[in-house]
Amino acid sequence: MSAAPAIAFHDLELGYAGRRILSGVNLQIESGRFVALLGPNGAGKTSLLRAVLGLVAPLRGQIRVLGRPARRGRGAVAYIPQRHSLNIGTHLSGRDFVASGCDGQRWGWPWLGRRARREIETALECVDAVELASRPLGELSGGQRQRLLLAQALLGKPQLLLLDEPLAGLDVLHQRQVVKQVDSIRQRLGITVLFSSHDLNPLLGSMDQVLYLAAGHAQLGSVDEVISSPVLSRLYGAHVDVVRVQKRIFVLPGAGGQAHA
Amino acid sequence: MLEYEFMRHALLAGVMVALLAGASGYFLVLRKQTFAGHALSHVGFAGATGAALLGAPPLAGMFAVTVAAGLAMGWLGDRLKGSDVAVGAVLALAMGFGMLFLHFFTAYATQATALLFGNILGVDGTTLYLLAASSLLCLCALAMISRPLIFASLQPELAEARGLPLRLVSMLFLAIVALATALCTQVVGVLLVFALMVGPGAAAQQLTRKLGRGVALAVALALAETVGGIVLAYRSDWPVSFWITALSCGGYLAAAAWRHRQTRRSPYKAN
Ligand SMILES: Nc1ncnc2c1ncn2[C@@H]1O[C@H](COP(=O)(O)OP(=O)(O)OP(=O)(O)O)[C@@H](O)[C@H]1O
Ligand SMILES: [Mg+2]
Repeated sequence: MSAAPAIAFHDLELGYAGRRILSGVNLQIESGRFVALLGPNGAGKTSLLRAVLGLVAPLRGQIRVLGRPARRGRGAVAYIPQRHSLNIGTHLSGRDFVASGCDGQRWGWPWLGRRARREIETALECVDAVELASRPLGELSGGQRQRLLLAQALLGKPQLLLLDEPLAGLDVLHQRQVVKQVDSIRQRLGITVLFSSHDLNPLLGSMDQVLYLAAGHAQLGSVDEVISSPVLSRLYGAHVDVVRVQKRIFVLPGAGGQAHA
Repeated sequence: MLEYEFMRHALLAGVMVALLAGASGYFLVLRKQTFAGHALSHVGFAGATGAALLGAPPLAGMFAVTVAAGLAMGWLGDRLKGSDVAVGAVLALAMGFGMLFLHFFTAYATQATALLFGNILGVDGTTLYLLAASSLLCLCALAMISRPLIFASLQPELAEARGLPLRLVSMLFLAIVALATALCTQVVGVLLVFALMVGPGAAAQQLTRKLGRGVALAVALALAETVGGIVLAYRSDWPVSFWITALSCGGYLAAAAWRHRQTRRSPYKAN
């Protein structure tokens, strides 16, 4: 593992067309960590991940990824986008779908050599989707598709894995399964994971740190450091209750506000 | 039948066009852009008649206008989604202009039928070379962009993150489709391009879950339908375009029926 942090934000300000959504972000994610990216809708989780990928340019400040400035086309950074619609190519087998990501950005005919085929099979084995891969995409459930997306993300030996709300639409059992799978992949391959989610409970026990975004600010730390009423109240700029019930944690922003996270 | 030069020309032209139509049509169906093929042929009609009016070869006019329209559609990309009224209006206007140009160009009234319904039995040697050269060129270009095209179609955001210029891929692809539609109009005409571009690709998607096999099947079907259509037209004296559209629709229906039976029999094993 390299000494450089996996991701470093220096005085980062993010926004669109001059409208700020995040500012003053100064923090580092050490390599090999499992970091949960939390925050309410519209807090900027997707934007932050896209900025790490170099798809959104910062309004100010810098992002360094694996020791170098964030830029598009870094093979070492894998990404699973939010709300993957999958309405194109639903007749194709899962294996062909996964294979499309194998060096997919290179020009030419998509001929797969023996090494590429082996890499695809290894990635499918990694997420326990070898059987699934011969079925057409359109027939798979949301959780099964999620596994194929994960397999595809693993092609090309990434060092950093960015997942944008992979738990959306899954039941509690499958949420736990996805988190465990990601965690075991992280440990086996020694990669860094930044995992955005609306609910932190499925991630408890697997994640090392929380990166919480709210009201234009960001806070990084362990669950106990960040998920507390004083810290989140300061972040939101309004009173936030944190309720712990047995081993579950609920964040309740605003008096009588709705639980989310 | 092969003793006639016009039949040899027709068959060769049909083969050259079908190769490209099948391959590019498969991707067109995959990307759910079949409407683009339809639109480009209509725009091409205005290009062809406009060129004729100016004294230029209609095929050149059609090439120029469809490629320009294809590049524009690729540039606009997702911004075209949801603006089907605007696109439909532009198409109707293009056909309208096509008719207007023909109106002024009364000397060649028969051109209208040739453009609208194809005239493959009238392909001369020069046109044949032109068709063959542009078809081969497009096939090479399609092969060159096929890997990023597949990636960008299935996983646009991931492809973008990996540094793929999505807009460029989309523009290149639609430029190839534009040339393919222009070539197809030589065989089946502006109004029936859909049959040759979309029918084989759609049938192939019913028949296999493998991408590579799908492209190969689409090409094979397009070849069979085109050659079959020409031969049947020779035997029956009915128009080639009719036979090709009939075979294309028949092929698609048969493929869909086969898929239906397969999924009913064994939902997971069907291939
Ligand atoms: N392409 C864009 N152009 C302009 N504004 C945008 C764009 N993408 C996002 N935004 C705005 O930026 C803010 C943050 O959006 P973002 O998608 O990053 O939030 P999020 O935390 O991922 O939300 P969610 O939990 O709903 O996915 C929102 O106010 C959104 O409206
Ligand atoms: Mg989001």
